[in-house]
Amino acid sequence: MTMESVLQFLGLVVVASPAVLLAALGLPLLCGFALSEGIQARLTKAGVVIGLLASVAILGLMLATGLRHVPIELGNWVSIEQEHFHFHLKFVFDRLSVPFAILSFVLCGTVGAFAAVYLHREKGYARFFLQYALFLLGMIVSSLAGTIETLFFGWELVGLSSALLVAYFHDRPGPVRNGHRVWTTYRLADAAFLIAALTMHHLTGAGDFQRLMGAGPWPAGVAAIDSWSALAIGSLLLLAAAGKSGMVPFSGWLPRAMEGPTPSSAVFYGALSVHLGTYLLLRVSPLLAVSLPLQVLVITLGLISALFGTLASRVQCDVKNALAFASLTQVGIITIEIGFGLRYIALIHMIGHACLRTLQLLRSPSVLKDYQMLEDAVGEHLGGDVVNPAQTATGFQLWLYRFAMHRGYLDALLDNWVVRPFTTAFRWCDGMERRWTNLLSGGASRESDQLASFSESLEDVA
Amino acid sequence: MTELHLPWLELSVLVPVVGAIWVSLLKNRDRARIVCTTVCAVTLVCAIGEWLDFAMLGTFEAHDHWDLVQSIFHHDVFVIDELSAPLLPLGALLYLTTVMTTLRTKSNRFSFHWTLVSESLLLATLACRHPWLIIVLLAVATIPPWLELRKRGRCTRVFVMHMGLFVTLLVAGQALAGPTATSAIQPILAGCLLTAGALLRSGVCPLHCWMTDLFEKATFGTALLFVTPMTGAYAVMRLVFPIAPSWALQSIAILSLATAVYAAGMALVQRDSRRFFCYLFLSHSSLVLVGLEMATPIGLAGALCVWLSVGISLPGFGLALRSVEARTGRLTLYRFHGLYEHTPFLAAMFLLTGLASIGFPGTVGFIGTELLVEGAVEVYPLVGLAVVAATAMNGVAVVKAYFCVFTGTRHVSTVRMDCRPAERVTILVIVVLTIGGGLIPQPGVESRYHAARALLEHRSVEHPEISSGVDAGHSAPSAALTGNKASE
Repeated sequence: MTMESVLQFLGLVVVASPAVLLAALGLPLLCGFALSEGIQARLTKAGVVIGLLASVAILGLMLATGLRHVPIELGNWVSIEQEHFHFHLKFVFDRLSVPFAILSFVLCGTVGAFAAVYLHREKGYARFFLQYALFLLGMIVSSLAGTIETLFFGWELVGLSSALLVAYFHDRPGPVRNGHRVWTTYRLADAAFLIAALTMHHLTGAGDFQRLMGAGPWPAGVAAIDSWSALAIGSLLLLAAAGKSGMVPFSGWLPRAMEGPTPSSAVFYGALSVHLGTYLLLRVSPLLAVSLPLQVLVITLGLISALFGTLASRVQCDVKNALAFASLTQVGIITIEIGFGLRYIALIHMIGHACLRTLQLLRSPSVLKDYQMLEDAVGEHLGGDVVNPAQTATGFQLWLYRFAMHRGYLDALLDNWVVRPFTTAFRWCDGMERRWTNLLSGGASRESDQLASFSESLEDVA
Repeated sequence: MTELHLPWLELSVLVPVVGAIWVSLLKNRDRARIVCTTVCAVTLVCAIGEWLDFAMLGTFEAHDHWDLVQSIFHHDVFVIDELSAPLLPLGALLYLTTVMTTLRTKSNRFSFHWTLVSESLLLATLACRHPWLIIVLLAVATIPPWLELRKRGRCTRVFVMHMGLFVTLLVAGQALAGPTATSAIQPILAGCLLTAGALLRSGVCPLHCWMTDLFEKATFGTALLFVTPMTGAYAVMRLVFPIAPSWALQSIAILSLATAVYAAGMALVQRDSRRFFCYLFLSHSSLVLVGLEMATPIGLAGALCVWLSVGISLPGFGLALRSVEARTGRLTLYRFHGLYEHTPFLAAMFLLTGLASIGFPGTVGFIGTELLVEGAVEVYPLVGLAVVAATAMNGVAVVKAYFCVFTGTRHVSTVRMDCRPAERVTILVIVVLTIGGGLIPQPGVESRYHAARALLEHRSVEHPEISSGVDAGHSAPSAALTGNKASE
């Protein structure tokens, strides 16, 4: 058995383990069999551990042999040779993807173990783990993707599972509305991503990162396109990354995402999902080196997001929201680092921040209890931070406070300038259509106007 | 012309006719429902047999063995080709799943024998290439929904006006075009009339109001069966595509694109679930038309793929909605209903089919949408952007509807709302097709690409200046695609 075949096998195991986990949890549900909590937890544990061990083994082999770039070719998923259309399935293990894949397995494993207890006897236990498996698959596919199409595949899975998990407590309207908001933002980001992928296809004739970012292993590649094309593709990818990572102006969804159960908040919005945007920027970082305006854009966006995050996190009333905005601050700083070309620093920062934030979010439901236990152990009240004496606030400080309290008015801005004009315009069209069909019908044409919900309910009959 | 091994086409058309006569004689509604389901299942078997038989022949077109109609009329009336071969089983599956998911409580509203009549008409239309016969069948197919509207005491004016105009335009256009029309020799007026007629049937904006009106007034099942087989797009491919010049096709594409974006926006602001479904479907069917009229191999292949994926996913989506409505009454979308706990299977099917329709990765619509966008970008980059925008809006609308119908509150029910076994089977079949087609897309894509090339080559034979982008060496259909050519 050659080294290449061993790596190929391990690579397949890394990708297949979350896919098999998803199938193992999803198929019984589809066929109407309810798996017990214990079986689901064990399946999850097995899927994560197998994937983690395989990815650690790959890392070990790469370190031992000095390999820095291990492509796993699965061939063409779809191809139309005459049109040179290929949907190439390729995964790449390199200095960027391997740490991120291991991080995904470690944090998902931690959160899976936590959730198995945290959600014990919860009605949506099976639903949570199904969406968790979908998320894990999306993260692994995204982090190991060797082509932009494969990355898009994983990116979409992460988006869907995130939105559904925000709406996990779906018998209340609040989480559902927030889940919908997250999904809407993600769709915008996905649209930008798709357009970038298509543009990349047209410029390079393929979606392979190697073609776009140069043949060298990450981060040594040099982008093979001109600066204006790099600016166009990079701007679209930056928009996609901003949507996924909750950067300005899409930061409104970040606190809303905290409506989900704590384990999902921790792993998605505190640790992994929120870093997927910056991961994308790191993956395409050779593009930034080609275009100075793109670099400036990235740094500016990072700076604004970091400043906004730090302001907003200081005035939040609950711990999860404070942590969400604190995450945004760090994501902004990581973006700045990427903009300055400090790729390894950004990668290390990302990993460290994800681990810390997961720990903080997982402990957040019991932080008061922890504090009391600590006091009991010490035997006296803990001092805590010294509160500054009251001072008269200046007008600017008050404005800043209001600005941070209202989360930069970003949601209101998007509602007033995007959502409301859109709905007003289409409702006007709807009204015009009503008038038109009324005219043709010679009277009221819409039965749905008179209908109340459940008016013909079977329950009424019963 | 190559022959199938059995008279699959005639069987597919005749079995529902015989079934309709049988069902109309039955007084017992439950028995009628069972007979109707059986007849639909037999029809589906015949349609699948036709598809497999045709696929094994490896030819561009074929007609029945022991062709009874040909021996009587001396014309190849029922002929299938690469375009229509998969559409027949798709149409038959739509009818079977609709009948299977019709609850016993709705049996008295839903006319089973007229359903079988319309199934026969649909399959005959899809198996037919002669322009006049297609027009006659399309015209006759408008009668069952009209009868239902009359029976339910609803105003039929909107439907009658639009369908009357549709039939008039097609008849006038075909009369002007004559039997020798090609893309090189054809009166412009005839082309315009045929195009307007086919677009009206497809619901292109601003001539789409009949569609929303039908969903308002007819039963959901009837509206679904009349609209989702996309016979308007089929009419475009049979009547307009072979004779229209490129500029006309591109104009249709622009109109369809505007409709796709408009309908996607309208789907987002609807307050009634049926109207929402109608706009969602309209947006998707318009996207199919955009690709069909791009007249590039990749765009056309994408459109044909999306045609199939939308043909699987959106009827599944509509049936999930219909099944929920059958339990609760008509659903509004301005408040939450929280039905997930009572109907988790329907919720899963609703979400999955909705996501498949927007081309979510891993589902049957993904590759088709990618190809469609790729083809659109090739022709006009801005068209590609608009397609992406429409898809994004549809995605938001689908999940919004899911949240409204299935989540947001806790619904207290005094009766059980579980899925019946027949509904569960339907869900499983649609899920298998949706996921299976998404995980193994290559055979479908290859077949649709081959059909696209054949259609384009036929156009290039008749109109040499549009042959760019189509390799001369690729296998070309030896015979004409339409009855125009056949009758020459």
